Amino acid sequence: MVAPSELGTWADSSKHTGPLNLGEYSRDALLLKLESMLVIRKVEECIASLIEDNKVKCPCHLGTGQEAIAVGVSTNLTSDDKVFGGHRSHSHFLALGGSIRSLLAEVLGRSTGCSKGMGGSMHLFQPEKGFIGSAPIVGGTVPIAIGAGLACQKDGKGNIAVCYFGDGAVEEGMVQESFNFASNFKLPILFVCENNFYSSHLDIHLRQPSDKISRFADAHKISARVVDGNNVVMTAMATKELLESVRCGKGPGFLEAVTYRWLGHVGPDENVDVGLRRKKEDLLAWKKRDPIRRLKDGMLEASLITSEDYHSLEMKVVTQINVALDASLKDPYPEKSFLLSAVYKNNKGVSR
Amino acid sequence: MKITYAQAIRSAFQYLLKTYPNVFVMGQGLWSPWYVGNSMNDLEVEFGKDRVMDTPVSEAACTGAGIGASLCGYRPIVVHPRMDFMILAMDQIVNQAAKWSHMLGGETHPAVTIRGVINRGGEQGAQHSQALHAWFAHIPGLRVVMPATVLDARDLLISAVLSDDPVIYIDDRWLYELEDDLPEIEEKDLSLQLPKILRNGQDATLAASGYSVQLCLEAAQALSEEGIQCEVVDLRVLNPLNVTSIIDSVSKTGSLCVVDGGWESCGMAGEVIASVAVQMSQSSKNIQYKRITLPNAPAPSSKVLEDIYYPTRETIVQVIKEWNI
Repeated sequence: MVAPSELGTWADSSKHTGPLNLGEYSRDALLLKLESMLVIRKVEECIASLIEDNKVKCPCHLGTGQEAIAVGVSTNLTSDDKVFGGHRSHSHFLALGGSIRSLLAEVLGRSTGCSKGMGGSMHLFQPEKGFIGSAPIVGGTVPIAIGAGLACQKDGKGNIAVCYFGDGAVEEGMVQESFNFASNFKLPILFVCENNFYSSHLDIHLRQPSDKISRFADAHKISARVVDGNNVVMTAMATKELLESVRCGKGPGFLEAVTYRWLGHVGPDENVDVGLRRKKEDLLAWKKRDPIRRLKDGMLEASLITSEDYHSLEMKVVTQINVALDASLKDPYPEKSFLLSAVYKNNKGVSR
Repeated sequence: MKITYAQAIRSAFQYLLKTYPNVFVMGQGLWSPWYVGNSMNDLEVEFGKDRVMDTPVSEAACTGAGIGASLCGYRPIVVHPRMDFMILAMDQIVNQAAKWSHMLGGETHPAVTIRGVINRGGEQGAQHSQALHAWFAHIPGLRVVMPATVLDARDLLISAVLSDDPVIYIDDRWLYELEDDLPEIEEKDLSLQLPKILRNGQDATLAASGYSVQLCLEAAQALSEEGIQCEVVDLRVLNPLNVTSIIDSVSKTGSLCVVDGGWESCGMAGEVIASVAVQMSQSSKNIQYKRITLPNAPAPSSKVLEDIYYPTRETIVQVIKEWNI
């Protein structure tokens, strides 16, 4: 027996499938969002085929279908903000303008990767874009992000920390500690929960008494918004509203973005029939709530773009990725000496 | 003027907070008069409650917050008033702080200092008295320091905070009343700090860290009165461990006894002996080794059992006298 959803129609895959209402955004702003989502989608498709071709071995947690969240959030950030991710963070990295080449090279384990080939898909890093790091222990970067928030508060320059995590992370004690800590000290941090209803294989209804994650924000007196995470306009606008108070010192904000991942927990498989509610028909229904198609349809309907415009944008993105991939595949692996030389900043005293 | 070990810790905090605006301290009980003895008295009065923060009862969040702030230009010191409480922050220490440099390509360094206080005895029992330095010494990426002297209590804390790497600083309340005259503060590069010989001798080598060093010095004094001259080596830095000076000492004395306030199995004493043994030259086959550690049991609360639980000066004296020196 599945408990009823407390998320209302956001959890109903048959709803919210039509063209987007474009809100306050200009054609240029919308095009940037569309392009950013396409980059994420196509890069992850590229990574999926690299896994299938046995060229990528490291665990890759793909977020296909969830692109709107990172893009909606990131349009409200600057490179001085401090962003942290988890195990499924390609979108968080790319939406900030993280380099495609350095992501592909990292996933391929090359020394030109964003983490010099030392991290792989789960350990991404691009501080010049505001991406301070991602790590795959569930909830593990949340305490670190509140520390970045504390640093921003001490700096007093209006910068903020942002931490992405999934619905499973709130089951970790350190995440609840972090909500309390951040709220208690009124830290400038935006918590972004990508609620896709699954932690690894297991459905949220088998893990929690409610599918509404923002109930924890309410408990910790953190202002929260729940949005359709497959609606980039709504996600961007809600983020903007939350950040108005976060940036001026009124304490943390919490964005719960309801979404669904098209692929399984790890790798390019769909994981259909693994765990409650993940049937083929559910997946097909959720694919009709495709965040990219809905923005495209909204822009077509508003005559902001033509089908040809969309096609050429898609081609531009694909070409960009292919160029990056070709280069990455020729890149070298890390030097063997790197195994020991990065353990400490200054390796003096290491030899025994 | 003599100052105590606890006052030396306080003077390091004072120096750091005064000299470096990006240093701040946080942890449980920092505004309380009893959590950390008198090693942090009134720092919040002198430097403000935003630089000396008393925190919610959240070891993981607090430790992670230290890591995160250090990635953004600060030099936080996270204080755990009992080392036992640090176990709740192990993910942040072992999975995060120790790994970020290496796994993100050597370009980012959590320059956080995590202070854990060992607080044995006093019938505090199994969960308020552990000495877990060997756990942290096992982890590449962490630096682990254990001051045994008044000078190191001050200077190793300063070195830890100035280090760009995550450092575990472990002090012991059984040392808080130890007194010494200290020179002016000198900032020292932690990566250059090595074990130190605190007493010279040619008959046996005693090596230890933290409070056990003081036990070794007392035992060496007692043995000296019976004609046995022990060399005492203070490990000081447990990770990365450098045993060169111990090897030199053992080459001379032909015997090594390591005294440790942790347990025997997979512990610091075994590690020091193994490191020395595998590096000793072929010519030194007849070296005698011994380790003195806690019995293989959690710390008891009962005073009667505590008295037989912790190694004493006498334990060391007995062991050395059993050797043919």
